[in-house]
This record gives sequence, C-alpha cells and structure tokens, in this order.
Amino acid sequence: MSSPESSPYKATEAAEHTETRKTEWPLWEIFIRGQHGLSHRHVGSLHAADAEMAIKNARDVYTRRNEGVSIWAVEASAIAASSPEEKGALYEPANDKVYRHPTFFDIPDEVGAM
Amino acid sequence: MSDPLFEYLCRLGDNTLVLGHRVSEWCGVAPVLEEDIALANVALDLIGQTQLWLGLAGEVEGDGRDADRLAFHRDVWDFRNVLLVEQPNGDFGQTMMRQFLFDTWHLSMLKALAGSSHEQIAAIAEKSVKEVTYHLERSTDTVIGLGDGTEESHDRMQKALDRLYPFVGEMFLSDDIDAAMVTQGIAPDPASLRKAFDAQLDAVLAEATLTKPADDFAHKGGKTGARHTEHLGHMLTQMQWLQRAYPDASW
Repeated sequence: MSSPESSPYKATEAAEHTETRKTEWPLWEIFIRGQHGLSHRHVGSLHAADAEMAIKNARDVYTRRNEGVSIWAVEASAIAASSPEEKGALYEPANDKVYRHPTFFDIPDEVGAM
Repeated sequence: MSDPLFEYLCRLGDNTLVLGHRVSEWCGVAPVLEEDIALANVALDLIGQTQLWLGLAGEVEGDGRDADRLAFHRDVWDFRNVLLVEQPNGDFGQTMMRQFLFDTWHLSMLKALAGSSHEQIAAIAEKSVKEVTYHLERSTDTVIGLGDGTEESHDRMQKALDRLYPFVGEMFLSDDIDAAMVTQGIAPDPASLRKAFDAQLDAVLAEATLTKPADDFAHKGGKTGARHTEHLGHMLTQMQWLQRAYPDASW
C-alpha cells in the first residue's frame, strides 16, 4: 500500500530517476478509446500493483461516466520519451520548409474537417 | 406480520443501503486515491440499487412511503439487512473481506432474482448483476492480493476473516418470508445458494492462503430485525441525523 505523500517516480522528467519506494505502487499511464474516437488517447496516470489492477483502477478513475470502450495501461517506466532540451534539433528545422506543410491546396467543403 | 413481499424487498434494499453507507465512510480517507474512488463507486452503485429496491418496497406497501422515507425515517428495529453489512469498516482489509463475502452471496442471489416471476424484481436484479459482477471481481482480487501478500497483510486478512465469518451463515438462513417468496416463484431459497458459495469461498481462500474458521457458528437476527448488532444504531445516527434534527427537511 502506498503512503499518501508524494514521492519521485522512476521515469518522470520532473523527478530524479531514483528507485520507486518499496511501499509505493508503480505508476501507469492510461489510454482510453472513447465511443466516438478512433484512437486511444492519453487521459492521465495512476498507481497500481500490476497491469490488471491498473486497468481496474482506470475503469474507476477515468471511465465512471461511460467515457470509454477500451483501456490501455502502460507502465510509465516503459515509455521512451524525447527530452525537452532536444526541442531545437528535433522540431525547428521543419519551420522554414513551408513546402512540407500542405497549405497550398484548396480543400473542398465536402471533405469536412481535416 | 406485514406483507411478505414488502418485508423481502426491505431485506434487499436494507442490505444495499447499509453496506452502501458503510463503504461511503471511506470517501476521502481510503489508503490510496485509486481505492478511494473505487470504493466511492461501489457505494454509489449500492445506493442506486437501494433506491430501486426501497422504491419498489414503498409501492408494494401502498402507504405513501418512498425510498427516502424508508431509508431515513425508520429506526434500528425496522431494518432488515443481514448483520454482516452493518459491521464496522475496521481496517481496509476488513472492509474488503466484508465486501468479498457479501459480493459473493449478492451476485448469486441477484442472478437467481433475474429469473424472478415478479417483473420489476427481475429487472432490478438484471441491472444490478452488471454492477455487482465488477464489485466481486475487485473484492476477490484484493482479498487474494492482500491474503497472499506480505506477512502483515496476510495476518490482517486472516483476522478480518475470523472476525466476519460468523456473520456469513445468516445470509443463507431461510424463514417464513423466504418460503413465501419461493412459493410465488419470486425469489430462491437462500439455503440453496450455500453450496456454490462455499465452493467459491474455498477456492478464493486457497489462492489467498487464508484459512476458513472451523467453527460454523452463525449470528442471526439482522434480516428478521430481531437483534441487530450495536453497530447499526450508531451508523444510523450518522446516516439519519439530518432527518432526525430537521424532520422532512428537503432541498
């Protein structure tokens, strides 16, 4: 059982990457596919002892008002994330290449939302 | 004796009302956020079922009492819940053991009631089955996880089982009211549910490495209203204080 006060977790950017406290359940990231949506969306995170319990907890924490038809739970430490410091190298080169953006087409109204 | 059907509906409604209130006592103070929310969801499900059962009880009685009236304007001796559900929360383990024992009985009872000759009872049971299936899944997992967990969690779960097991037997006692329900095809004989319950209990306890108490002694007097434990009266002073202090107050 975890204790109520917060503590750093493995694999979060904000905290130092120390070991999870022994009394604390691991952190899980929760993705839910809504009835009307096509893909799973990240909705938040929670603590659970294992994957099965993470899905049960997600059901209680995030789908109590009938929001979803499918739940994914991923242990936070299993997610590889880009670092904010690399922002420049990763994304800025795209800014001066307008031809990469499909802004030169007139989209017919019949297409609807893109 | 009043109408057996009214009595019977009060038994169903008071079980869910009293347990729903008990579980709601964890709101805001459960050991972790996730469990807090899950327990509140269970409590809300049970209160929702109470509205249906006691609402129907009031209709059957035909005395103008609705679900709220029955919930908040009766005293201990009028309550017809089994003794198990009024037992105090204790620690989290005791709460989950109580939940598991009740859920196991509750689900098999509701499944039988879904085939009731009484159309409204069958409909309420069918709706409740979906909710209680999930309650049972959750409480079973927790009992196994904590029972087969650390030395401390195991000890606490064993203590909880020893404390609560004497209240299991009452759920399967049959009396005149049950007999009247069986005759009309409204509800099953509670005693007929015992065998499956025991099998399920044994399987879960084995996985949880817990030992069922050898003594089969059963406290009784809750569902007949003859002798509730001292805990129910204390609970009602909390649950009913507003209607007691300001009778008929409304929003």
